[in-house]
Amino acid sequence: MSKPSDLVQGTLDMLILKILALQPLNGWAISQRLKQISGEVLQVSDGSLYPALHKLEQQGWISAQWKVSESNRRARFYSLTRLGRKQLEKEAANWNRLSAAISSVVKMSEA
Amino acid sequence: MSCQQWLYTVPLRLRSLFLRKRADQELNEELRDHLELQTEENMARGMSPEAARYAALRALGGLTQIEEECREKRGVNMIENFVQDLRYGLRQLRRSPGFFVLALSCLTLGIGANTAVFSWIEGTLFRPYPAVAHQERLVAIGGTSPGEERGGPLSWPDYLDLQRGCTLCETTFVTKITGGTLSIGERAEVTTGSIVSANYFDAIGVHPILGRGFEAGEDVGRNSHPVIVISYQLWQSRFKGDPQIIGKTQRLNSGVYTIVGVTPKEFYGTFVGWAMNFWVPASMEEDFEAGGYKLEDRGARWIESYAKLKPGVSRQQAQQEVSAIAQRLEAAYPATNRGRGIKLWPLWETPFNDASTLLPTLKIMFWVAGSVLLIASANVGNLLLVRSFSRRREINVRLALGARYGRVLRQLLTEALIVSALGAACGLLVAYWCRHALILLFPARSGISMHLPGEIDWRVLALSVAICLLTTLIVGLIPALETRSLDVSGALKADSPSVTGSRSRAWVRSSLVIVQVCLSFVLLVGTVLLLRSLEKIRNTSPGFLTTRVLTTKVSIGAAGYSEEQAKAFQDQLLDRVRSLPGVEAAAFARITPLGYISYSSTPIAVDGYQPRPGEQPSVDYNQVSPDYFATMGIPLLSGREFTRTDDENASLVAVVNQTMVDRYWGGQDPIGRRLQVNGRWVRVVGVAANSKYESMREVPRPFFYVPLRQDFAKSPNLNIRTTQPLRTIATALSREVHTLDPNLALYEIITLQEQVDRSTSPQLVAVTLVAILGGLALLLAAIGIYGVMSYTVSQSTRELGLRMALGAGASNLLRVVISRGLALTAIGIVFGTAVALALTRLMGDLLYNVSPYDLRAFGLALAVMTSATITACLWPAWHATRIDPARVLRD
Repeated sequence: MSKPSDLVQGTLDMLILKILALQPLNGWAISQRLKQISGEVLQVSDGSLYPALHKLEQQGWISAQWKVSESNRRARFYSLTRLGRKQLEKEAANWNRLSAAISSVVKMSEA
Repeated sequence: MSCQQWLYTVPLRLRSLFLRKRADQELNEELRDHLELQTEENMARGMSPEAARYAALRALGGLTQIEEECREKRGVNMIENFVQDLRYGLRQLRRSPGFFVLALSCLTLGIGANTAVFSWIEGTLFRPYPAVAHQERLVAIGGTSPGEERGGPLSWPDYLDLQRGCTLCETTFVTKITGGTLSIGERAEVTTGSIVSANYFDAIGVHPILGRGFEAGEDVGRNSHPVIVISYQLWQSRFKGDPQIIGKTQRLNSGVYTIVGVTPKEFYGTFVGWAMNFWVPASMEEDFEAGGYKLEDRGARWIESYAKLKPGVSRQQAQQEVSAIAQRLEAAYPATNRGRGIKLWPLWETPFNDASTLLPTLKIMFWVAGSVLLIASANVGNLLLVRSFSRRREINVRLALGARYGRVLRQLLTEALIVSALGAACGLLVAYWCRHALILLFPARSGISMHLPGEIDWRVLALSVAICLLTTLIVGLIPALETRSLDVSGALKADSPSVTGSRSRAWVRSSLVIVQVCLSFVLLVGTVLLLRSLEKIRNTSPGFLTTRVLTTKVSIGAAGYSEEQAKAFQDQLLDRVRSLPGVEAAAFARITPLGYISYSSTPIAVDGYQPRPGEQPSVDYNQVSPDYFATMGIPLLSGREFTRTDDENASLVAVVNQTMVDRYWGGQDPIGRRLQVNGRWVRVVGVAANSKYESMREVPRPFFYVPLRQDFAKSPNLNIRTTQPLRTIATALSREVHTLDPNLALYEIITLQEQVDRSTSPQLVAVTLVAILGGLALLLAAIGIYGVMSYTVSQSTRELGLRMALGAGASNLLRVVISRGLALTAIGIVFGTAVALALTRLMGDLLYNVSPYDLRAFGLALAVMTSATITACLWPAWHATRIDPARVLRD
């Protein structure tokens, strides 16, 4: 299965947007970065990355260009668009609200 | 999606659609890069190159799947896939032309039949009047009276009051069908036309191509505006398209008319069934209608009218207003209007034209055509199903390669769509050829141009498209749902044909056949019921002689005769006809029974009969000359026939029928008793046996006759009882008429049998149509049975071979196969019987003296269905006997 079983689809989108907000990257670099950041907690298979990138591109949130990478390879570099930045802000705000709500619920049950 | 987003996405979609190859290539490159980088990293961690590559591949998942998933994310995959499926489907169909032709012809018949029926319904019921604007807002206006809820005509004064009072109507107009004798040169000819209100052409939005329509005020006054508008067809045929025609005069009936306009070619008037050739304003009514000047007579009901409702006004709203007007009229004119109502009818229920006769037939046709389509679809579905078994490997391979179920489903539906779209196209072609076929079913008559066009407009087209899509779903989903149950790994491994014979699939095929048998059995029962009632109608005695009596009409009006001249002419003609060789008797009557023209009707009072409160007995009557009963062969049960002495100077007399005696005199002999007719007392001198008056299907009803001389009509019908053939009499008669006055024209001359047949033609039409489609359904169902049985035999070669090896003979095998077919049919017939029992009562009006549960009809349908099944099974059964058991066992 190429779908991330342990990751909500929307969350993967947000992670990608966040990573690209820092700097434009190619697909492989994005997957490395995902692994780095999330460590072992979020298991993102490489297979689900490319369809997600395609979807984000189709929605106009990221754009792709062919560039030459540091290792002198031609690669497709993704960067955040203006729309994507807005979307990221919106999703981040949502995420914050949601996680705050959930953690308060969790604490309440502990008490 | 915001505007801004569109800016980004639209070019991307276009790129995905038109630069697909490049996009795919880039994607492929990207994934390959990823793989390489990952492999390198794995190697850096110390894996062997091979292991490194394998690990990278595993991490990524199937390349093909990811590529497909990415493509789907592009959002244009639907279109791409559709084009791909379309091309693939067409290739598949090209490869199996036999299947293709069979499926296509089934659907062509099914969709064609439906579209043709739709076009008839559209052309005769919903949009019956070519070139008339805003037909969706037209309603027919009919008068009602107690006991007569079927709308009748209105009187001119009532109509004018209605017109003034109806605020919800944009406009109202009058059109009354009539006939007229056109004299052009030496030739006199009878043709159909219409008496109309002056606003007629403006109200229906038809603008004459030459000259003008009628002007306001031309329908006012007595015989004051002798102007006429003629049809394009008349202009071409009788006036040779003379461009200077406007302003010329034309002799029509007794008057000389000025031609003021010619209507457009596509305009046929506003009367379902008949084409009109001329229009005259209502002021000239006296020249065409019996009963004298009627424009100021509120009691004379003769006009047929329509209203065009204002936009957005419903018929119910308008009806309320119209009913209020009718009530006001009742209060203001109790003498003529007591108990009289006015009702608005939708066009397809118009009470005074052929719409009302066609409605029940077309209603049934609608359902019958629908059933034929279902049967045809089931056939095609079955064909596709059988085909999908043989393609099961292909489908399995696709599923195993990672195609998702939905994708395969789409592929199968696309193939079904190709077949049904082509079927719809061919069906439309069939419907286009058949659109005017309805008229062929009605017997032709001279002097009247029948006109029953079908109409293929955007609404009919939209319905056909809807049918096509529906068919696609039915036809495509049957095999598609079957695919769902495929077990990928199992089916890939097993390759023996026995898998296809699995129980569930056989079940689907069998139920399709059962549905087909069920539907065609219902249609068979319907056909037989209609046939039997037609037979009963035709065998019912109308109460008068039919074969030896001829009827015709001489249009005296055209000669401009006064009443005195007309009487003299009638006497002379009758004398001449009676002296012709072979003529036994001859008589005039204002109305010939079972015709279109309605009888005079009068409120009656009877000495000694006390009407119930609120009852106002009203009875139809006919004006007849001496010898009428002898001519028609209607037995006199008591008293005498009219004689020459029963004229305008003698005391008023009447002959009543048996039902009237039973109802108003309690069965006592009424000779010498009194009856009040139109306010005058008349004496009963005779009792006639009951006969049919307006319809062969009517129940016995009160009726009476008065002498023609005491209630005169200028142009009555002439009835002749003769031993001579019709031709001989026709020639002799026109010679006699011509001798008396060369300006006179003879209407067509027919036997009373012909008159009876014409009056039952709606039944004949219904029977013919249902029989044609019923036969079609039977054929399709038989093909269905044949298909399934052939397939079953081909799939159970092993079993049949074993049976043979164990000693079963050919007859035994025949029995096995046929009894399997019959078992299916039997189930279908059981369901069909249940459905038929529930549905046949809906035929109500078309059935005559036949119970909807008629045992013989069901029995006959059963016999036909069974023999059709046996016939359909014979070939597969014979095939079964040809199986070589030795080979089967070896294999």
